[in-house]
Amino acid sequence: MTTANKLTIISIAIAIAIISLWYGQSNALLPVAASPEAEAVDGIFQLMMTVATGLFLLIEGVLIYSAIRFRKKPGDETDGPPVEGNVLIEIVWTAIPTVIVLIISIYSFDVYNAMGGLDPEASRDSGPQQVAEKTNSNQGLEGLIASVSDYLALGLGESPANRSKNLTPLSVDVNAIQYAFLFTYGESGVVSGELHVPVGQPVRLKITAGDVIHAFWVPQLRVKQDAVPGREAQISFTPQRTGEYPIICAELCGPYHGAMKTQLIVESQQAYQSWIDQQQVAQSQSLEDAVAVGQTDPLNAYAEEIGVNQQTLEQLPPHTH
Amino acid sequence: MTTSAETSLSEQEEKRTWTDYFTFNTDHKVIGIQYLVTSFIFYLIGGALAAGIRTELATPESDFVSPELYNQMFTVHGTVMIFLWIVPAGAGLANYLIPLMIGAKDMAFPRLNAVAFWMIPPGGLLLMASFFVGAPQAGWTSYPPLSLMTGKAGEEIWILSILILGTSSILGAINFLATILKMRMPEMGFFDLPLFCWSMLATAAMILISTPVLAAALIMLSFDLIVDTSFFDPTGGGDPIVYQHMFWFYSHPAVYIMILPFFGAISEILPVHARKPIFGYRAIAFSSLAISFLGLIVWAHHMFSSGTPGWLRMFFMATTMIIAVPTGIKVFGWCATIWGGKIRLNSAMLFGMGFVSAFLIGGLSGVMLASVPFDIHVHDSYFIVAHLHYVLFGGSVLGLFAAIYHWFPKMTGKYLNETWGRIHFVLTFIGLNLTFLPMHQLGLEGMNRRIAIYDAEFQTLNIICTIGSYILAVSTFPFLINLVWSVLKGKKAGANPWKALTLEWQTASPPLIENFEEEPVLWSGPYDYGVDVSEENDQSVQELLSDVKADMS
Repeated sequence: MTTANKLTIISIAIAIAIISLWYGQSNALLPVAASPEAEAVDGIFQLMMTVATGLFLLIEGVLIYSAIRFRKKPGDETDGPPVEGNVLIEIVWTAIPTVIVLIISIYSFDVYNAMGGLDPEASRDSGPQQVAEKTNSNQGLEGLIASVSDYLALGLGESPANRSKNLTPLSVDVNAIQYAFLFTYGESGVVSGELHVPVGQPVRLKITAGDVIHAFWVPQLRVKQDAVPGREAQISFTPQRTGEYPIICAELCGPYHGAMKTQLIVESQQAYQSWIDQQQVAQSQSLEDAVAVGQTDPLNAYAEEIGVNQQTLEQLPPHTH
Repeated sequence: MTTSAETSLSEQEEKRTWTDYFTFNTDHKVIGIQYLVTSFIFYLIGGALAAGIRTELATPESDFVSPELYNQMFTVHGTVMIFLWIVPAGAGLANYLIPLMIGAKDMAFPRLNAVAFWMIPPGGLLLMASFFVGAPQAGWTSYPPLSLMTGKAGEEIWILSILILGTSSILGAINFLATILKMRMPEMGFFDLPLFCWSMLATAAMILISTPVLAAALIMLSFDLIVDTSFFDPTGGGDPIVYQHMFWFYSHPAVYIMILPFFGAISEILPVHARKPIFGYRAIAFSSLAISFLGLIVWAHHMFSSGTPGWLRMFFMATTMIIAVPTGIKVFGWCATIWGGKIRLNSAMLFGMGFVSAFLIGGLSGVMLASVPFDIHVHDSYFIVAHLHYVLFGGSVLGLFAAIYHWFPKMTGKYLNETWGRIHFVLTFIGLNLTFLPMHQLGLEGMNRRIAIYDAEFQTLNIICTIGSYILAVSTFPFLINLVWSVLKGKKAGANPWKALTLEWQTASPPLIENFEEEPVLWSGPYDYGVDVSEENDQSVQELLSDVKADMS
């Protein structure tokens, strides 16, 4: 290999490294991160994006360069050099990806643990906890009541960092039904169609489903957990940025799946407290008003068609204590 | 002596007529083409459904079709593209090529082979018929309890159709395995096998291990649906998560069942048109087996946000990450194969290199998805839609087109037209990237999949995707025109137009009814390009071949 060749290879390698690092770190592909857990996930994404950009440039570069440089010359009917392999190179390109995926795996494991994914309280699953009950209430919809037990759950539990800080999490029960989320605040008894949480306090959601499988997803928190009828799941996060974020059902749950959306509102402690007070006053009068307030706009357009009306809402189980 | 010679001569002069292709014929070449043509028709149907889906998604509101019909469309689109296009097209290619590549007269079980094919049209028509009673609308994954509650008639038809198609796939796999293991010409050892045969060994093993599990899941789902059992129905104590495990125990291997045959095809096509031996034959052969094994123990990575405990998520993250290694070996091996070659950049090669470049994107996003914390964010979002289409369209479909351009001269004795081929490639490649690249961003930003109604902020990117999908729809026409025109009036191709070394090129194009005029000779390895030239005074492959023929007679 000549010096000129070596220089070319080194400068190409440096160029690929710089572009990959730059794109891996500065791409604005993910939405704003509203919790420390989300920032940790973004860290993995940036690393993976850096590696992926590097490999992408390398291999696409080889393909394009080959297509130009190694084109058959007109009239040349001979074959190329009979190179059948090279054990050293093959070992290198087996070893490098192995090391890369090992690093990504260990990093992912670490982040997942920090998110509370390996919290024994939340990450075990011993199957359906109880036979769900069949109710023959509303318009042929097979309403199910998922049973709640105290500790068997799956999903993301308490993060080790929060546990050591001894913060009391805000506990909210989430019931997902076609096509809405119902949030029940255990302490105050408030039932809402929107999720309000105070900034800075850990939140623990207990997620159940009332009919089919749904999923609770907040892109800005990078957390998602399926709500499975007959099982209880749990996720935890610590919102650190005030704002309104979408809560999206991510598991196909029927024709109006796309309209199953609501808001997560992360607000200051005072704003949260006054919202709770307001809800308590309103709900001491009637339950269904509060639920109706929470109905999100995209769904309203279809409410009639789906068969959601005041009567349906009244028949919903208040909450399962 | 003379009489037997005469009878064998008259047998050889027996000609294929076009009517043979509409009958229960046991010739593997007829069956192969039957598979390819049938699956291509379903590709057009699936493609039309895709265009409908993208038209709906051009606007954030649900306005082109009703939400129910939209769900039916993506359910049938997914089912058709997987079970009626890519899987049978791979089986068709394998049927056509395996006996020719190993110097056999036919498959091990010719009648079984015909039975396997003839299950496809009824299975496909049954699925199409479901539109008359309300097609299934629970997605191609058909998760209970949703699948038990929506469109029961359509759902049952879907189950029966998949059971028929799955059985066909199992019968085909038995045949591939038996043929490759037992019907090779005597002097052909395992390491003389073309890599396509290696990849079909791996594919057949996966089909045989995993497909019965899907059948079991579907039969239980069917009981839940018809006779109100509660295998998966939580109202009776059933467990919907068990269905997901059983479903993905097949459906993740299914991805490899759909891509491995085309890994094999690409390993054939690149050396021929780069005029160089495949780089690292054994590494590529064994990586197929490694993918086959690892592919069976990664299924729960489809369930990272479902009912799975933490330790299980970690285990499946590790296995999924490892599968990147054998896949990487293949991609690097292909790049090294074309590096320094004398590349004939014809349509087959364009699609072959396009395959590597597009599959790479699907592979890289696949490694990202293995990471549990990241997957929890993008699971069931458009990032997944982008990933799976780069693997199955950028990978399998481009690989299939490469294979058709490469083996069409063998199948018909005519070349496909190069100009139309290039137009087809350019339109397909642009359309593919325009349709699926923006979907990565949509998913990362928070657009979930399987929705007819979406947030207006995502509309710009969705319109780009829709335009891309229309380009893909248009790209089919040059291909169709090319096929018809070339079959009728294409330039004649000789026995070995690409000067390739694998055995299928040692017989006439199209091959005789029992494949080889005389016993084929294994006079070189499958990829010994350039080897003989350097040793034997610039003799071309063609000359060498005629020398060998002369020696024989």
